Amino acid sequence: MHDTSHSHEVIEQIPGQIEFSPDELARIEKLKALYPNPKSAIMPVLWMAQKKWGWLSINVMQLVAEVMNLPYSHVYGVASFYTMYFKKPMGQYHVQVCTNVSCMLLGGEKIYDHVCRKYGIGHNERTADGKFSLEEVECMGACGGAPMVAINEDYYENISIERLDQILDAL
Amino acid sequence: MSLSEQNFPKLIIPPIENLHRLDVYRANGGYEMYRKALTMQPGEIIDEVKRSGLRGRGGACFPTGLKWSFMPKGNDKPKYLCINGDESEPGSFKDRLIFEANPHLMIEGILIAGYAMGIHTAFIYIRGEYHRWVRIVEEAVEEAYAAGLIGPRMKETFGGSYSMEIVVHKGAGAYICGEETSLLNSLEGDRPYPRVKPPFPANVGVYGMPTTINNVETLANVPVILRMGGEAYSKIGAEKHPGTLLLGISGHVNRPGVYEVPSGLPLLDIINDLAGGVPGGKAIKAVIPGGTSMPIIRGDALEGVMMDAEGLKAAGSAIGTGGIIVMDEDTDIPHMLRRLIHFYHHESCGQCTPCREGCGWLEKVLTRVDTGEATSEDLDLLVDIANNIEGNTICALGEAAAWPTRFTITRLREEFEAKVKPTLSLPVLNRVHSLRPSAHEEAAAVSN
Ligand SMILES: Cc1cc2nc3c(=O)[nH]c(=O)nc-3n(C[C@H](O)[C@H](O)[C@H](O)COP(=O)(O)O)c2cc1C
Ligand code: SF4
Ligand code: FES
Repeated sequence: MHDTSHSHEVIEQIPGQIEFSPDELARIEKLKALYPNPKSAIMPVLWMAQKKWGWLSINVMQLVAEVMNLPYSHVYGVASFYTMYFKKPMGQYHVQVCTNVSCMLLGGEKIYDHVCRKYGIGHNERTADGKFSLEEVECMGACGGAPMVAINEDYYENISIERLDQILDAL
Repeated sequence: MSLSEQNFPKLIIPPIENLHRLDVYRANGGYEMYRKALTMQPGEIIDEVKRSGLRGRGGACFPTGLKWSFMPKGNDKPKYLCINGDESEPGSFKDRLIFEANPHLMIEGILIAGYAMGIHTAFIYIRGEYHRWVRIVEEAVEEAYAAGLIGPRMKETFGGSYSMEIVVHKGAGAYICGEETSLLNSLEGDRPYPRVKPPFPANVGVYGMPTTINNVETLANVPVILRMGGEAYSKIGAEKHPGTLLLGISGHVNRPGVYEVPSGLPLLDIINDLAGGVPGGKAIKAVIPGGTSMPIIRGDALEGVMMDAEGLKAAGSAIGTGGIIVMDEDTDIPHMLRRLIHFYHHESCGQCTPCREGCGWLEKVLTRVDTGEATSEDLDLLVDIANNIEGNTICALGEAAAWPTRFTITRLREEFEAKVKPTLSLPVLNRVHSLRPSAHEEAAAVSN
């Protein structure tokens, strides 16, 4: 997918010293022990890192490589495969609009266009104040509640433009 | 009597409040079927599942008992069970309901399957977008651990020497991870490229060890089979694809949602009775019956189509995940197909050239079609590209993109013809071109 980007912000590092706390390091060791091969913990550790720093910058992935005893290239290879691991900073509220078939049939594309216009951003972009980011997502497994939008981790089903505006404006 | 008035058995999602809670599940006989399993020999359980006729609910309809019997016997190597809860096929949203309404039924199914195959570790792989449902399943697993129903303490609880560890693994947004060997690589912490088969996972699976991969709904059926007996289960619904199915209905219907019904009901009745028909009483232009990878059926060909594996095969389609997408008479079919192929292009892992490049070409040409810049020949080109993807790739995502392209264009050709410029007359006919009624006249005109 391509960004219809006008802001080419490329931030590759999170400034300053980044590290996991001793508690977090202990949790990472526990995660590694859950699996027959500790390498399997890479996905849960990337999730932990993203929760903590909001996105996976190069230095965050380097840190993950270090605690996982894996080459950075491997961590980057895994992180870059998945859409939900962010490779750039996203908004405080990440708005995900589904436009796949079931949602499309019931107006998902109109909702997506509306959010684009509302914030002046496109796919995988965020507003200048960092409050909102937008993603056009593939089917989220909520087709029975189409059209649907997710904001961060929460699903909003049977949504309309009016209802979505109310929700977004209240944030 | 219309379908909505009939009292179909609700075996997977019974109407019991708070059934996701362990105390409620146990008060309703929960975990007693695992107890029963322990009184049987592992081989007897596999036979019982074979007798039930249960077929996988993840899309390929593979007979579950047969799949289990491929696992090597003995304990010289660790063996693994992977539960496929990636549920990313557009139009599918039924495993989510099991996570939400009856997670312990799936966990009990895991224990029975594990005992039957001599497996001591299971991984439940759930798509990352399902944050909330991952939490529900994690809580259910923790609750079961705390109650000594899984983990080392289950030996005390149930007696016997068998125990099982269950790990919940969260995905991070990739449709391909639902493909079983991609799932294994994802779980191992590698880039989730599908693997070349053979070797099959029953021999070389996750961590190089024998592995069985089953869909969430498949495993949820297992305790039900032990309760009813395989024989009685095999009498529910369609003979060759028995049991109840969780059908997810979406698109242009009045009451979308997941319906648990016996297999083999008429598709039209499901749409019109259960799902309340099409809003505004409009006609149906087309239906995708089993998730978007499955061939589309024209609205005027729905009469008599039965909702089970064999019924849909007879109708030139397949049941897939049982996700039914209904499209009314106003639907822009070329636009729908363009959006769909965008999905497969985006989700192609890129290993195989025909899939990686082919999906990109399909999307480009379909964009041309959708915006009115294509010619009739482009439609033949699309079918040609699809034919060259099919059968030439490592995993079935290739077919998943090729099928909708080929079947949508050949079955609803007039929808596409209406959006393209009139045919350029080239003096060469190709295969699909010749299927059009006017092609012979054109050919005659060219040769004159
Ligand atoms: C591209 C692709 C995506 C798939 N996605 C899923 C999925 O999300 N869930 C699932 O259970 N099976 C999925 N499958 C099918 C699995 O490969 C596998 O057949 C299934 O999990 C086996 O379980 P079953 O025998 O219980 O049906 C997918 C297959 C392909 C080719
Ligand atoms: S068919 Fe497509 S998705 Fe499957 S392995 Fe090949 S490139 Fe990857
Ligand atoms: S198509 Fe939007 S959630 Fe499935």
